[in-house]
Amino acid sequence: MLTESASAHHAHDHHHEEAGATKVFGFWLYLMTDCVLFATLFAGFAVLHDQFAGGVTGRDIFDLKDVGIETAFLLFSSVTYGFAMLSAHRGSKPAVLAWLAITFLFGAGFIGMEIREFSSLIAEGHGPDKSAFLSAFFTLVGTHGGHVTFGLIWMATLMFQMTVLGKPLNAVYISRLACLSLFWHFLDIVWICVFTVVYLMGVL
Amino acid sequence: MATPISAKDLHAGESHTSHDAGAHHGSVTSYAIGFILSVILTVAAFWMVMHGGFSRGTIVSAIVALAIIQVFVHLGFFLHLNFAPDQRWTLVSFGFAVMVVAIILIGSLWIMRNIADNMTDMTKMTPAQAINSPG
Repeated sequence: MLTESASAHHAHDHHHEEAGATKVFGFWLYLMTDCVLFATLFAGFAVLHDQFAGGVTGRDIFDLKDVGIETAFLLFSSVTYGFAMLSAHRGSKPAVLAWLAITFLFGAGFIGMEIREFSSLIAEGHGPDKSAFLSAFFTLVGTHGGHVTFGLIWMATLMFQMTVLGKPLNAVYISRLACLSLFWHFLDIVWICVFTVVYLMGVL
Repeated sequence: MATPISAKDLHAGESHTSHDAGAHHGSVTSYAIGFILSVILTVAAFWMVMHGGFSRGTIVSAIVALAIIQVFVHLGFFLHLNFAPDQRWTLVSFGFAVMVVAIILIGSLWIMRNIADNMTDMTKMTPAQAINSPG
């Protein structure tokens, strides 16, 4: 009887493991389609990057110091999310929550700076309707920022579930954290392409 | 956290990690190496643009190369993508995505460059030329 229930438990665990692995792989496939979405936006930007319609160019509106700080925020947040995953695999829920909170702050700092950049551009009359360059810029960078915002909402949801709702750090939650980890690192990779193609090349 | 249920689930979590796509979940060392390499690659790219006295062509090729290297650093040290047999489908799907991305990017730029090259630039004509232009 004891053996039976133990093996039932084991089968149950095994079921969770396989479901978790399939879930993470399925999420990976979604990210691959997201790569294609970003590729289309990058292609649009690459084609339209010099269509200024007599308006501002990248050199007029980009502040590389701010872009550097945004880049640092996202890179730090990638590493701190990595530490959250290491804590998850170690089974330490308080450490997971602490690292998620730190990651959230870096991500929020990034989004805050991006909102400030966008709103000051629009306030100065360089909104997305002024030139093809600005349309492509707002669409590409805004889509990335939208993804980061969604990642922050997802992170806040997981923290809420594990604290207020008291959910345990079990196989289900570890695979949820693993999916968000893929998403978060993926967005940092997209940002490498954004700061290189949009900002650095934009001021040359 | 000390309940038998969570202990069981933790065990499930541990063994789970040896099977799935995120199987190779790295260590503090791998994140630290990835972080240091990323900082070096990012600072090099920003430095070239902000302070380097290089030609435009040199800077563009260099920062594109630095970005590609950094993408692979992130894939290896943060996403733990590798050639382990249990990651085969992860890699196959990644390779497919890279192919589609390359077709979209190279194809768009190639087509649009041909359009630009084959169009008469009206701004460089005199009014008389523009009127007589067949285009």
